[in-house]
Amino acid sequence: MKLFKELGANSVEAVEGLGAIVRFLLRLVVYTPRALLRFDLIIQQIYNSGALSLVIIMLSGLFVGMVLGLQGYQLLERFGSEASLGTAAAIGLVKELGPVVTALLFAGRAGTALAAELGLMRATDQLSAMEMMAVDPIRRVVVPRFLGGVLTMPLLAAIFSLIGIYGAQLVGVQLMGVDAGSFWSQMQAGVSPSDVTEGIVKSCIFGVACSLIAVYEGYYATATAEGVGRATTRTVVTSAVVILFLDYLLTAMFL
Amino acid sequence: MKYAVGGRPVFSGLDMEILRGKVTAVMGPSGTGKTTLLRLITGQVSASSGSIKVAGQDLAKLRRAQLYELRQRMGMLFQNGALLTDLSVFENVAFPLREHTNLPERLIRQLVLTKLQAVGLRGAAFLSPNELSGGMVRRVALARAIVMDPEILIYDEPFVGLDPISMGVILRLIRRLNDVLGLTSIVVSHDVKEISSVADAVFLLSGGKVVARGTPSEMRANSSETVRQFVGGLPDGPVHFHYPAADYFGELLAADEAP
Repeated sequence: MKLFKELGANSVEAVEGLGAIVRFLLRLVVYTPRALLRFDLIIQQIYNSGALSLVIIMLSGLFVGMVLGLQGYQLLERFGSEASLGTAAAIGLVKELGPVVTALLFAGRAGTALAAELGLMRATDQLSAMEMMAVDPIRRVVVPRFLGGVLTMPLLAAIFSLIGIYGAQLVGVQLMGVDAGSFWSQMQAGVSPSDVTEGIVKSCIFGVACSLIAVYEGYYATATAEGVGRATTRTVVTSAVVILFLDYLLTAMFL
Repeated sequence: MKYAVGGRPVFSGLDMEILRGKVTAVMGPSGTGKTTLLRLITGQVSASSGSIKVAGQDLAKLRRAQLYELRQRMGMLFQNGALLTDLSVFENVAFPLREHTNLPERLIRQLVLTKLQAVGLRGAAFLSPNELSGGMVRRVALARAIVMDPEILIYDEPFVGLDPISMGVILRLIRRLNDVLGLTSIVVSHDVKEISSVADAVFLLSGGKVVARGTPSEMRANSSETVRQFVGGLPDGPVHFHYPAADYFGELLAADEAP
């Protein structure tokens, strides 16, 4: 009986939490048109969460691509179709690994930074100070950070896929000796625009989800050192689960 | 006015009037809700019952936009300064101007520099907040609070953790800004001696009520036990030294029996 009670209470809490985050998202969307007028604030955030994540994204992209090249070659060689390595690697990266791994890295690198920054601003009264200066912190601080993340994610995912394909080529063509001509031409023939669209849509949606979770957790963090720590942890954990869940939904939708 | 948090009353029937153009001090032991009072006055939280009027406007009846408009006429100095850490000193002071006005850059520069000069930190304009000492942070925050020329200036514990020199500087600034700019100042503090030297009126809060009010000299002459304990800094009195607890010996003996 007690178990059911607890289960019920937890479900109610989860639904309430979901409702709160959706309401928060709506608030951000309402403020977006006006925030776009001050694009300089957004550019700064694109720099913070985009440009500063570039190195980790590019390095990871390269290694993921190289592994894909190696594994793909081993597998395709068994069927004598190693010439299709380009197609396999490109589709895997553009549709799946690019958006998903980028989003996971983004949550770990930029999402935690956002959550910690906002949480500390709350803990040091900076958000209250803004309110006292008649400046809405959601409009001035949260929305530019959110939009910066949303705009950054597809770009990062594209860079990740690009570098990944280069990594696959590096291993497949340079190391394993797949013919360069068939690698590129098969890729060109095998990857359809809808594959690319799927990747773009996924990365856009992951961008919204990751940025939203990060700014929400940071903005509502308890104003203590422990609270900020918990907010950053929850950002990573929630983002990771949500990304993988959404990935499944979106993949099923695109079939 | 009444106010409760989670069913626990913080204020039960608080009645205060703050006079225009004066420096009013609000004192009281820690935990009496002095900071909460400021949050109520500035409309960050709203009263459970009763009304709070600021500049003739009832806060409970204001819409968000009107509340923001009213806040532009108030300045507030937070306990820790609350400077925006990603902006320089200059940009911190310029922040309200940039957000609320379309003044040309030259004018913003002049306004900011005059306010920084008023608090003696024009030379620190291009430092970042983490390069400043506690006293300097508070002076920058003060410059920021007056940059929009407010009518009401609110100080939340402006002396906490300051050395005597910084404290003297802030005290002088409170008085001078009030008189020169024609402000109404509200200072929350528990530094009895310091604040008595600048305040025109003092309210002493305890247990969610105003227990004494008057000029600083009237407070010193007040014979009520609560006032004497607070002004004299006596460890025990109406405000107890001990947090409510079970019987001392009983608890010590019980500890023996526990595994």
